[in-house]
Amino acid sequence: MIDPGFFLEIFPKLVAGLPLTLKLCGISVLLGFVLAVVLALAQQSENAFFVWPIRAFVSVFRGTPLLVQIFLIYYGLGQFRPNLQALGLWWLFREPFWCAIIALTLNTAAYSSEILRGAIRNVPRGLPEAASALGLSRLLTLRLVVLPLALRQALPAYGNEIILIVKGTSLASIITLTEVTGLAQELISQTYRAMEVFVAAGAIYLLINFIIVRALELLEIKLTPYRKR
Amino acid sequence: MFEKIHLLGFGAGGWGALLLEAAGITLLLSALGFAVGAVFGGVAAAGKLSSSKVSRVIASTYGTVFRGVPDLLSIYLFYYGGSVALTSIARLFGATGFVGLPTLATGVVTIGFISGAYQSEVYRGAYLAVDKGQFDAAKALALTRIQMLRLVIVPQLLRHAIPGLGNVWQLVLKDSALISVIGLVELMRQAQIGAGSTREPFLFYLAAAALYYTIAAVTDLFFSRAEANASRGIVHR
Repeated sequence: MIDPGFFLEIFPKLVAGLPLTLKLCGISVLLGFVLAVVLALAQQSENAFFVWPIRAFVSVFRGTPLLVQIFLIYYGLGQFRPNLQALGLWWLFREPFWCAIIALTLNTAAYSSEILRGAIRNVPRGLPEAASALGLSRLLTLRLVVLPLALRQALPAYGNEIILIVKGTSLASIITLTEVTGLAQELISQTYRAMEVFVAAGAIYLLINFIIVRALELLEIKLTPYRKR
Repeated sequence: MFEKIHLLGFGAGGWGALLLEAAGITLLLSALGFAVGAVFGGVAAAGKLSSSKVSRVIASTYGTVFRGVPDLLSIYLFYYGGSVALTSIARLFGATGFVGLPTLATGVVTIGFISGAYQSEVYRGAYLAVDKGQFDAAKALALTRIQMLRLVIVPQLLRHAIPGLGNVWQLVLKDSALISVIGLVELMRQAQIGAGSTREPFLFYLAAAALYYTIAAVTDLFFSRAEANASRGIVHR
């Protein structure tokens, strides 16, 4: 049943989609992370006027399927073409690539800001107090004390989130972007050899995940030198 | 856009009833898929905890693959793979042409398989969280293995498992939207149909999002109730 020749034939075809998968994932993880830090910090404020809209954003993006979000941005906003053209934003919403990036970014920002919010809350109270006793400004306390500790604590959970985004990039194939899963679907419908294509494409994703998990483990070891291993 | 809101209503030309019905299919698909996943997850958790190395390897490979590979890819595997198998069986009986699988059943099995991989981790963790003394006590009472599991371990295991299962349920609910790609008319697909025929995609996807959000919020309440119920009599420190 297993035919090595067939694997050799489909593997390069699937790998051709890898740059797009990595680009989608890389850009949205970077942008999403920056947005998540901003959202998590903004929620530290006591101003309900500030916090309430962020809570709503996070809740909506965590409570609805990513596919709906992608469709809402790609097809839904396409309906407002004249308005978007007037705003000079049409070039962005015209491209399925950027729509996928926007959806993935907002989605991961919502999930990651919750991870970070929890991590910031778990920083022992005494540390920022000690920092302000030393005369550090709020910004310096944040940059030198709270954020480094929170980010380190958030690392394992954030690793899971990155893997969810790698998996999420596959939905871009539904709005015509032929990344790895899109190519796999094309190959399956041409050859009807679902199992072989699944194994080959699945191996690519598992390899990406493995590299991410390993890299984050190394980062965690580097960030926690005091822990005996 | 909002002058078209009557399109979501229940009057003539309104899509309200169709969307609600499709939300029902989403709920059915998710609930059945979750239940099938409980079976796969239970078996896989038992495999991971088993003393046999072969069982452990099979169970952990299953978990790693279906948690690490995009769900969409798994859906294609089940839909096309299943259809090809069914077609070749049908050929044996003299049928010609391609035989498609029933979409609801395929969706349920696929979601079951994917969520089983996640559920197995939840059950395994919950099993390990049950106090060891409980096993010894059950043995001291001369309970059989089945009695021990049914009367002592599983009720306590569920308490530890419910929060994790609640998370898996939310995942399942959102994954069910992907089953629209194989043509099952659940909420996502119905919204696509409505968006296509009325040319109001924003309105229809917004309505779908609102319905998913509502289902998620309401079912989450159910899980919190179940958690409170399973933890009654437990003193929280």
